[in-house]
Amino acid sequence: MAGPVAGKGSAAGADYRGIVGPLLLPTWVVIGIFLVIPVGLMATYSFLTKEFRGGVIWDFTLAAYDQFFLNRGLFGDEPPSIEWTYLGIFWRSIWQAGVATLICLIVGFPTAWFIATRPERTRPIWLFLITIPYWVNLLIRTVSLKFLIRENGPLNEALMGIGLIDTPLPLVNTNLAVQLGLFYSYLPFMVLPIYAAVERYNFALTEAAHDLYASRWVTLREIVIPAVKPGIVAGCILVFVPSLGAFLAPDLLGGAKTFMIGSLIDEQFKGSQGNWPFGAAAAMILMTLVMLVLILYARAAARSEAR
Amino acid sequence: MKKLILSSTALALLAGAAHAEGKLSVYHWFEYIPQELVDKFTAETGIEVTIDTYDSNEAMLASLKAGKMGQYDVAVPGDYMVEIMAGEGLLDSFAPADLPNFGNIAPQWLDVPFDPGRKSSIPYQWGSTAFSVNRDVYQGDINTLAMIFDPPEELRGKINVLDSQGEVLALASIYMGIPQCNTDREQLKALNDMLINAKQHWASFGSDTAKDVLVSGDAAAGMIYNGFSAKARAEGANVEYAYPKEGFVVWMDNVVLLKDAPNRDNALKFMNFLLDPENAAAVTNYAAYTAGVTGVEPFLDDAIKNSPENNPPADAPAGSFIAVCDEETQKLYDAIWTNLKK
Repeated sequence: MAGPVAGKGSAAGADYRGIVGPLLLPTWVVIGIFLVIPVGLMATYSFLTKEFRGGVIWDFTLAAYDQFFLNRGLFGDEPPSIEWTYLGIFWRSIWQAGVATLICLIVGFPTAWFIATRPERTRPIWLFLITIPYWVNLLIRTVSLKFLIRENGPLNEALMGIGLIDTPLPLVNTNLAVQLGLFYSYLPFMVLPIYAAVERYNFALTEAAHDLYASRWVTLREIVIPAVKPGIVAGCILVFVPSLGAFLAPDLLGGAKTFMIGSLIDEQFKGSQGNWPFGAAAAMILMTLVMLVLILYARAAARSEAR
Repeated sequence: MKKLILSSTALALLAGAAHAEGKLSVYHWFEYIPQELVDKFTAETGIEVTIDTYDSNEAMLASLKAGKMGQYDVAVPGDYMVEIMAGEGLLDSFAPADLPNFGNIAPQWLDVPFDPGRKSSIPYQWGSTAFSVNRDVYQGDINTLAMIFDPPEELRGKINVLDSQGEVLALASIYMGIPQCNTDREQLKALNDMLINAKQHWASFGSDTAKDVLVSGDAAAGMIYNGFSAKARAEGANVEYAYPKEGFVVWMDNVVLLKDAPNRDNALKFMNFLLDPENAAAVTNYAAYTAGVTGVEPFLDDAIKNSPENNPPADAPAGSFIAVCDEETQKLYDAIWTNLKK
């Protein structure tokens, strides 16, 4: 489909001269409504004063950011020091999302490779099998996972049945359960982009590498991974970013015992504290963080391309 | 999270009330009204009922304040939340004459501190919040809040706590024997330390899951509402509900008339309907709490009437309502809660 459009080449510019603005209008409207306005609202709210029990007062203040970064003690009158509570919550969320992304990559890469190397007519079946579980609502899948791994659930009973363990593994309400839940929720987001990249990979390159006495490991590292890297990066971003803001898995599988970024923000809007400016500020800080990582990555990618 | 929208049109048709008399939009707790009762209301009045659910008073308040006012006709806040909502100007008032069944309200629930004279609310159900213990796991005396805050070896790491700031902090204060809405710094620090120390023995926080974790065995003890515990027992869990000697939380849920209700007349019809003893008893038989209406006894199931959850032992102390603190004091409790969950 891309063929004919690309084929027009420079003529395209001439054809649309003068009406480019109107033609771009739908895009700008969509970006305006779904990106600029919500983010603008969020940024504005983060600088407003909290109203008691939810809501905001239109007085501009840095109180929300102050609360995020500075610790003034339980009663708010001690000399300020760095507030580790929220940074700790962010760090823990990044760690959880990172581990989940890594597990997705370890499982997803071979899976994608396997599918992409099947005969062309069976590939759709494999892809179909990957996506079937995702027709079920995320909440239901997360709860089902909890049923599977609970102390008297099938997983523990099977492991005890074959004599691998004597006492059930305490999996529910642990970090591992959260990571498992995130992995399970977002695996296809890793498999599909990598599959797309591997499918385009020219397998003659592998043969060439072998002909030149490259070992399997060297071939993988020097030839395959650089070639499919865009797919890997896309997959990692697609898994990492939603994992970072997830609150279903931490709530249901982690027992809601510790805040993750997602549940911390959620609590500000629907919990008893009702601190909207703080929730907005936490969301802004999170977004800035994600943007920074993506920009840094884009720069590094551009540099390595130039080289 | 749990949105249960009952498809009202279909129900109205099924109930034979083809000529709809309008709509009613209810904002209610999860698992708190039997579907048969909603159907009965629709059959009697032809009013289509839509129900959205919430899992904590605070979540309900937040979502109303975030722009859902004018969308619902009635909600079912707990005692302290009625006072807060009235203070926020979210409630409409009615005259006793608007509700023919107003006289059915039990005398002790007629003039309540959170809504003097019952101008905006009627009683729904009342009960207590304490905790239940699985008797297969622990056989000792359970009538002390230490089961949750300083648990015995058998229960450690197997405790579920309600994900509700008001109830957790109130029970913790009762356990320590300090008043609610306290501003004494030393006592609040001690409360904070006690909770942090207790948390290491807790497996999870969850309100709407409080019954399920007891039934499934994921938790061997759990903070819970008395009727919810009765339901857990009915579903096969060998749990006993405690009336701790230090005290416990009592609460009353109330049906309130919301300001800007789109169907005010239908809301009043619904409130009147719920004050009918037979209907109030139907809720009690379902939710296993206690109605705030007189004359329900003939309609109650024996199992509910005689349940240990609804009949505290003679030596049980009196329960306390959750207090409403002013803004400055509330800030301190908010900080303790964040500190606990971080």
